[in-house]
Amino acid sequence: MLVSLYRYNPETDKAPYMQDVEVEIPEGKDLMVLDVLNLIKEKDPSVAYRRSCREGVCGSDGMNMNGKNGLACITPVSDVAKDNKIVLRPLPGLPVIRDLVVDMNMFYRQYEKVTPHLINNNPEPAIERLQSPEDREKLDGLYECILCACCSTACPSFWWNPDKFIGPAGLLQAYRFLADSRDTAQAERLASLDDPFSVFRCRGIMNCVSVCPKGLNPTRAIGHIRNLLLQRAT
Amino acid sequence: MVSSVTNLGRSGVFDWLIQRVTAYVLALYTIFLLGFMLTTDVNYETWSGLFQQTWFRIFSLLALISLGAHAWVGLWTVTTDYIKPMAPRFLVQAACGLAMFVYLVWGIQIFWGL
Repeated sequence: MLVSLYRYNPETDKAPYMQDVEVEIPEGKDLMVLDVLNLIKEKDPSVAYRRSCREGVCGSDGMNMNGKNGLACITPVSDVAKDNKIVLRPLPGLPVIRDLVVDMNMFYRQYEKVTPHLINNNPEPAIERLQSPEDREKLDGLYECILCACCSTACPSFWWNPDKFIGPAGLLQAYRFLADSRDTAQAERLASLDDPFSVFRCRGIMNCVSVCPKGLNPTRAIGHIRNLLLQRAT
Repeated sequence: MVSSVTNLGRSGVFDWLIQRVTAYVLALYTIFLLGFMLTTDVNYETWSGLFQQTWFRIFSLLALISLGAHAWVGLWTVTTDYIKPMAPRFLVQAACGLAMFVYLVWGIQIFWGL
């Protein structure tokens, strides 16, 4: 199998380039893309990429495989290979540190903006803040995000305005706390989102939904935020 | 909160709502005109007769204002997406604003000058 790999080492390379690597896939086996990268790294230890849990939980190995973002560890080669070839590039739109490793700072800065933690200034109850099963259900499809950045880096609105548009991952988390019955800062949260960039730069093209490796739906969450803003403002 | 002073209404939800409402107005106006053309023998008399009526002049003015607002929200978004340096971006925005103002005043002159 032929793997076309994005290579860039700022210490030695003037510009990024694509390197073609031939990889022997064991007969009758369907490897994950991460396994293929590991095979390449055994022969060439200079290849750099992030990985940790290798089972789609840590969100480290988000990358662009044959043009579509995803987690290399849970993407079978047979799903992405075309004519026995895979093109591997770093997540688009973020600065490349080396090879497939990107600088996630802009992504995290947007995540930080939505104050992704519970705010409740009421006196603490003796045991814990209880939530009804129905209220807890509202958080399903929101809390599962692993912050792999596959969605935000697949979003043209985030490419053009990564400093102003919060992006699908951040907005999914913004709604996760707006929807939480235990949170008491809904008004402040909404007030901080009502500008023409933070939420409204979303044009609903749903790239985020199509690439999310956890099957989540940030576009729907953004729609809910928009409705909350509309209710508050009309 | 990202601050912005060149968009239509200072607030994201205002711009969003205006763009949706104006889209409905423009769609209604287009459907009405298409319907008029399909059901009426369009000649000078019927066409100017339509524009003589006050309600249609008001409808046309509403459509023209809607076009200006709709285009402002849309083009403002395009300029902030694609034109990064401040000076050319502001120039394009100013040119769009001027064009919409001219179209509006010119349109009023045409509708009430017939």
